[in-house]
Amino acid sequence: MNKILRINMSELTFKIETAPEQWAGLGGRGLTSTIVAAEVPPRCHPLGPNNKLVFAPGLLTGTPAAQSGRLSAGAKSPLTGTIKESNAGGTAAQQLARMGIKAIIIEGTPTEDKWYRLHITLDGVSFEPADDLVGKQNFAVIDRMVNAFGPKIGVLSIGVPGELRMAAANISVKDPDQKIRSHGRGGLGAVMGSKKIKCITIDDTGAGKVPIADPDKFRAAAKIFAKSLLDHPVSGEGLPIYGTNILINILNEAGGLPTKNFRYGQCDHHEKISGETMHETIVSRGGKHKHGCHAGCIIQCSQVYVDGTGAYITSGFEYETIWGLGANAMIEDLDDIARCDNLMDDIGIDSIEGAVLLATAMEAGVIPWGDGKECQRVLRDEIGKGTPLGRILGNGTGSVGRAYGLVRVPVVKNQGIPAYDPRSVKGIGITYATSTMGADHTAGYTIATNILKVGGYVDPLTKDGQVELSRNLQIATAAVDSTGMCVFIAFPALDIPESFTALIDLLNATYGINLTADDVTELGKTILKVEHDFNTAAGFSSADDRLPEFFNYEPIPPHNAVWDFTDEEIDEFWNF
Amino acid sequence: MTVFIKLFAGFRENRFKVAKREILENSTIADVLEQLGITEPELGVAMIDGRHVTVDQVLYTGVTVSLFPKVGGG
Repeated sequence: MNKILRINMSELTFKIETAPEQWAGLGGRGLTSTIVAAEVPPRCHPLGPNNKLVFAPGLLTGTPAAQSGRLSAGAKSPLTGTIKESNAGGTAAQQLARMGIKAIIIEGTPTEDKWYRLHITLDGVSFEPADDLVGKQNFAVIDRMVNAFGPKIGVLSIGVPGELRMAAANISVKDPDQKIRSHGRGGLGAVMGSKKIKCITIDDTGAGKVPIADPDKFRAAAKIFAKSLLDHPVSGEGLPIYGTNILINILNEAGGLPTKNFRYGQCDHHEKISGETMHETIVSRGGKHKHGCHAGCIIQCSQVYVDGTGAYITSGFEYETIWGLGANAMIEDLDDIARCDNLMDDIGIDSIEGAVLLATAMEAGVIPWGDGKECQRVLRDEIGKGTPLGRILGNGTGSVGRAYGLVRVPVVKNQGIPAYDPRSVKGIGITYATSTMGADHTAGYTIATNILKVGGYVDPLTKDGQVELSRNLQIATAAVDSTGMCVFIAFPALDIPESFTALIDLLNATYGINLTADDVTELGKTILKVEHDFNTAAGFSSADDRLPEFFNYEPIPPHNAVWDFTDEEIDEFWNF
Repeated sequence: MTVFIKLFAGFRENRFKVAKREILENSTIADVLEQLGITEPELGVAMIDGRHVTVDQVLYTGVTVSLFPKVGGG
């Protein structure tokens, strides 16, 4: 896997290059961030010709290792103005890896006002007209591609908000069931739209297997690794039964479930939107409570949520989306929340940014609190059609706050804050403040240790130990995001020593190298520093590593916690 | 003394969601677990009034005890 597919949208040409030596040990986020940092001028306009959109499967993607099928997408973000990496499941990552493609770099913008579908095969790229796809949303695009090329075709696509370069637009990835996984955060769909690419189709006919240097060592490590995933109670039992939405009740009990646009830490109707209720509903209606986002997933945290007649409403129905619509926007009906989730997949906006911006629109008086039907209309008919209101909303939480003169606007570096209140779960506040990505819980998921008691325990309500916790997790996550592994492998990796050792053995067996745990840590540190340096050159400073002011002076019940870190305490994060 | 007990996820099976219980003075989380037939290795998180506690924590009258098996998300 050493081919770099470089696509020039200004010239409508492509080149297949051999990856330079210094990229050999990189994949996923490590590679997208290294390429963006090396080739994108930090001060460029994210929607202009100098930004580049980069896709990279992880170092282990395409191998038989469990959980290794994630694709990273990177660029300068039109939402945050920072470097961005967003990873997703689906089928594309494994297809690209088997085709020997280490990264796709898409540069330039077309000079003519025409839309394209890029068709990628082992021979290279063809630039097909996409006039008949323009104006269509993601499910219709995927249906057309499956009809044209068969069910195995890989598809990356954008909906209308992506065409209109809205900063909440995501990139949708077809999953094994012809549904959608998303490069959700940071507006990468707008970057794809700026390059006039409606859709990318991947036909991997003729692709072989990913070469493995030491198959015996690989098989042994893969077995230990898979066993650790199944043995750990969170990845082996909790996630497959309840999905990520089990967190609603845990965060509610801990007083860290942001409610009514971050006014309260607990939500009266938490039980209606909880993972337990969702599980019962799915089982009683004949949906699927276990489901994987890519071939080779054994955790199966996803699900297929159906209506009362058993008809599909949505899949990949995540805690953050359900929190954002259910608690933060006060929608009590899980079916309405599921329909909003499906609409966000269809029109192609990030379901975290989408949920947070809808609550902010409620704060502004644009939508009544808790009105799930009106949210569906706004998603479908305003954001999905690009009306003037839709564009104000579709440019994200920060855009809504500015347009309506709001103060309680939960963003860091203009990216909506997800489902864990930083005042009552302080470690995650450090992650939101310092992440190179803007407010991103996955960048350093301190909830594991602050709330779930995985990887030890650090009291969520005190400041002690939070900076170190967030730093260690952000370093480890940057490395894991480079392997193509799902972030949930962290649960066993934090608690079961053999799990992390097996992950390193998988890398060593695949490439015939001798990485140590320290090397992996160094990789994580290097990635964070490359990203941080890009942001600094783009004009960011420690003054941007801050939470919105209202967290300082609005105590959140029930613990009446405030955000009380000093600037110096936060800035200690980068001391490594 | 009276305490309120809230159970979550698999702990609810064949038990309850929320219950008001009379327990002996100076009872601990471990005592409550024993009464409920939950072993300590099964326990993920115990909270009293929304704050994490360990199993040796002594309860007071009127508190809410929340018990979770080992689950998580992200």
